[in-house]
Amino acid sequence: LLGQCLELSVSAALKQGQITPIELCQKCLSLIKKTKFLNAYITVTEEVALKQAEESEKRYKNGQSLGDLDGIPVAVKDNFSTSGIETTCASNMLKGYVPPYNATVVQKLLDQGALLMGKTNLDEFAMGSGSTDGVFGPVKNPWSYSKQFREKRKQKPRGEKEDSNWLITGGSSGGSAAAVSAFTCFAALGSDTGGSTRNPAAHCGLVGVKPSYGLVSRHGLIPLVNSMDVPGILTRYVDDAAIVLGILAGHDPKDSTTVQDPVKPFVLPNLTDVSKLCIGIPKEYLVPELSSEVRSLWSKAADLFESEGAKVIDVSLPHTSYSIVCYHVLCTSEVASNMARFDGLEYGHRCDIDVSTEAMYAATRREGFNDVVRGRILSGNFFLLKENYENYFIKAQKVRRLIANDFVNVFNSGVDVLLTPTTLSEAVPYLEFIKEDNRTRSAQDDIFTQAVNMAGLPAVSIPVALSKHGLPIGLQFIGRAFCDQQLLTIAKWFEKQVQFPVIQLQELLNDCSSILENEKLASVSLKQ
Amino acid sequence: MAAPVLRWGCPGTCRAIAWVYGVPRRRRGAWTGSTSSWIRGQSSLAQEPLHTSRKPRKGEHKWAAVVGLEIHAQISSNSKLFSGSQVCFAAPPNSLVSFFDASLPGTLPVLNRRCVEAAVMTGLALNCHINKKSLFDRKHYFYADLPAGYQITQQRLPIAVNGSLTYGICVGKRRSQVTTRTVRVKQIQLEQDSGKSLHDDLRSQTLVDLNRAGIGLLELVLEPDLSCGEEAATAVRELQLILQALGTSQANMAEGQLRVDANVSVHHPGEPLGVRTEVKNLNSIRFLAKAIDYEIQRQIKELENGGEILNETRSFDYKLGCTVPMRDKEGKQDYRFMPEPNLPPLLLYDTTSLPAGADSQQVINVDQIRERLPELPSVTRERLIQQYGMLPEHSFTLLNEVGLLEFFQNVIKETRAEPKKVTSWVLNTFLGYLKLQNLAVRESPVTASALAELLDLLDSKAISSSAAKQVFEELWKNEGKTPAQIVSEKKLELMQDQEALEQLCRSVMQGHPEVVMDVKKGNPRAINRLIGLVRKATLGRADPAVIKAILEKQLSCH
Repeated sequence: LLGQCLELSVSAALKQGQITPIELCQKCLSLIKKTKFLNAYITVTEEVALKQAEESEKRYKNGQSLGDLDGIPVAVKDNFSTSGIETTCASNMLKGYVPPYNATVVQKLLDQGALLMGKTNLDEFAMGSGSTDGVFGPVKNPWSYSKQFREKRKQKPRGEKEDSNWLITGGSSGGSAAAVSAFTCFAALGSDTGGSTRNPAAHCGLVGVKPSYGLVSRHGLIPLVNSMDVPGILTRYVDDAAIVLGILAGHDPKDSTTVQDPVKPFVLPNLTDVSKLCIGIPKEYLVPELSSEVRSLWSKAADLFESEGAKVIDVSLPHTSYSIVCYHVLCTSEVASNMARFDGLEYGHRCDIDVSTEAMYAATRREGFNDVVRGRILSGNFFLLKENYENYFIKAQKVRRLIANDFVNVFNSGVDVLLTPTTLSEAVPYLEFIKEDNRTRSAQDDIFTQAVNMAGLPAVSIPVALSKHGLPIGLQFIGRAFCDQQLLTIAKWFEKQVQFPVIQLQELLNDCSSILENEKLASVSLKQ
Repeated sequence: MAAPVLRWGCPGTCRAIAWVYGVPRRRRGAWTGSTSSWIRGQSSLAQEPLHTSRKPRKGEHKWAAVVGLEIHAQISSNSKLFSGSQVCFAAPPNSLVSFFDASLPGTLPVLNRRCVEAAVMTGLALNCHINKKSLFDRKHYFYADLPAGYQITQQRLPIAVNGSLTYGICVGKRRSQVTTRTVRVKQIQLEQDSGKSLHDDLRSQTLVDLNRAGIGLLELVLEPDLSCGEEAATAVRELQLILQALGTSQANMAEGQLRVDANVSVHHPGEPLGVRTEVKNLNSIRFLAKAIDYEIQRQIKELENGGEILNETRSFDYKLGCTVPMRDKEGKQDYRFMPEPNLPPLLLYDTTSLPAGADSQQVINVDQIRERLPELPSVTRERLIQQYGMLPEHSFTLLNEVGLLEFFQNVIKETRAEPKKVTSWVLNTFLGYLKLQNLAVRESPVTASALAELLDLLDSKAISSSAAKQVFEELWKNEGKTPAQIVSEKKLELMQDQEALEQLCRSVMQGHPEVVMDVKKGNPRAINRLIGLVRKATLGRADPAVIKAILEKQLSCH
């Protein structure tokens, strides 16, 4: 695939010796330092990365490259276990916790020779939609500092403090999104339970892939909602995401919910003809809160498919409006259960109180978790009480099935993919965002993404265009279960049509690396 | 336990379905005396049939006890239920703990095939319906030896349901008859064991050992079809034998591989069931029977005194021989059950439903397991009865003592003696010696081969049965001698020399003319005396039948 490509990718550049893994690693490390104020990383694993780069360099010299990811800098959300590297979930509870094992997805990346640059910031235990509620502070959206955004802002009245109006990344995988967006790595792992990968991808102008549930191992991913969590992938281009997904996908004996069927490598063909495709536009996704800009881009995208000969039809997912409340019950219940293990005994934070085991549990958990986590634990335990179980949990499970069936019905009617917005609007300033509490925000921001997790379907957010403020807007494609490759193939075609602009951070990184000058090198594989 | 169906036994004809007759209210005072004497009274009750001689008098309230059991059997498996950690009793603390067992975040359960097979096997052996689809649930509670804060179990849809356990119980005056009874098995579920907490009160510390955390358990829920300690004990013993025969659990109560909780209530027949208590910490079959019988009597007494029974958990204090309320640390528990999201439904197949081309490593075929079932204890007993003409109660004894059946079969294999003779020797002499010294079969100083050789000597009339007893006693001293050596050293062989015997008989008759006179007068018992005297003279080494023949011959010639 790469050999046929005329344009350079960083992968090809490595293969052709135009840049060495160590140089690449050092460039990324220097960018990480320069963009430290973004707060994208919780832990920067400089030594690990450099060591891996040296090994990679040896392999390249010996002509024994492990593949497309060999020598490529990647980042991993700090809710994936990394052997010997602190894994905090942005929580006091796990500060200082160093797992003794690698998550399967992390191991697979390392086995391919990828360089681990660090662990990225998130909302505590991935509970949030802004990457603002972690114990290490909020993540700043690199687009806040982009030429595109700054130029538009110049028209605004002066007087505001320069840095006070920075934008959120979205979340909860905001650290991973910021890391890729600011060129500190080429791909990052996020996790996606209700939209946590797609939402920040949309806000940061990236491709965000949520694979089918069961396609990618969750072993080592510290769970939020086991029945909805999937490792997510954040990259600048669809092809890059496909390469990473191809490596991560497949059965894992350590995760019984992964599919047994062998997974073929993900090679995305260049789609030239979309006339045989049927694109569904779910009418329930046209909500009053949807910004006019997103709405208009969504409509344009549908027109684009139609003008290229695809069949574009309105479809109905009638139970969509119940998704939020249903998710709330199921999510908090599983959270209550999953968080029970954090009791201060085996690992993680432990309080100083030792009058009794119960008092120790209570204080440890009080100190270890933030309000958001404790609130969800409390709600979840309420829903799981014997007297409430039927009325809440069972009902929510039934509604979940109805929501999943909505998708099944639509796909059975001949629709290949659904096209929807990813978010209601562009990224908002932090000060705006925190006016609402986490729960309200999560409920609002997840509305287009969450139902997909309920149904276990693959989905991808693709950056489409810049808003009038110069900020990225993404649209989402939703595919049939385990038709991830088809989904990405269509997304790739769409990506090619829209020609989303690369973020311009030169001003911010003024003297910075050549990597930015050559935007072609911003991709793992190929940029067309 | 929900709405049990209590089957009424007929008073007086069976002792296992115990009718417990309470004391008439007017005699209540008699019960309020010394507690200690009352407790003593209980221990005798536990040993004696509960109803025996007493018949209900008119106007007297009858009490019926209802007992249900929840049994946890540790699955005999190399690794734990959901992790690859090794299973081993008495390993150094926390040496067999995987990341999953310690509930490190991000770890996931992976079901152990061996444990599933063990559950299916046990279900089949207990006549259960095997659910082709079963589910796993989380049961939440905070405890130091439960690292995840929940136990993975099968609350909603267990792997096996609706079975039965048939056991034999001794009845009749001399307890020599065996009658079979059945207790229904409500369900069998797979679940994780917890770790162990050791409370160091001195330093007010709790030490946690997670070696046991995550070991596979079979939880067997028996319907409340039992009505006294002995029934419960016998049913559990039978279950133990079945598990051991299947190899699905070592079922050693002392090592905690078999743990029994008993739910006990009393009520008047025909009236709704009483409030039940749960008795825990029953670590031997004997204590199980004692605790249940104690608890039944305690409840009756409480009710007779106008008190009420609390729905509580009690533990058995084996030193005091009574049940005491457990300090309820967490109050009323709501376990907040939830489906385990990390384990897909457990699907089992039979030969007809097996998907075509299925990988045999990935699927479990119930029919195949059924074909592999070993001989169950009830069948073994039936075989013993048929093959050796054994009495049913003897077949029970042979199976109940660990290793005794194997010992018996080894003796049978090596001896020419009649099976009945072997049975008698094994069950009376051999077992008697063991019991006397409180030894297990494997600790016996007498090997099966030695006993076989001894029985051969007896069978070939080389020694008398009284000499055989002497030889056995010598063998028991374990001085490394064979029966033949003992016989020759102690000169125990039967006197085969006809002339010598005739000579002996003559001299005995000469020495005891008065007895000879008696015989001649027609006293039929007098000859036995002569036989006895001759045997004494031979130091018990002569066959009484041969002596009798010689004596009769000589008397007639007189």
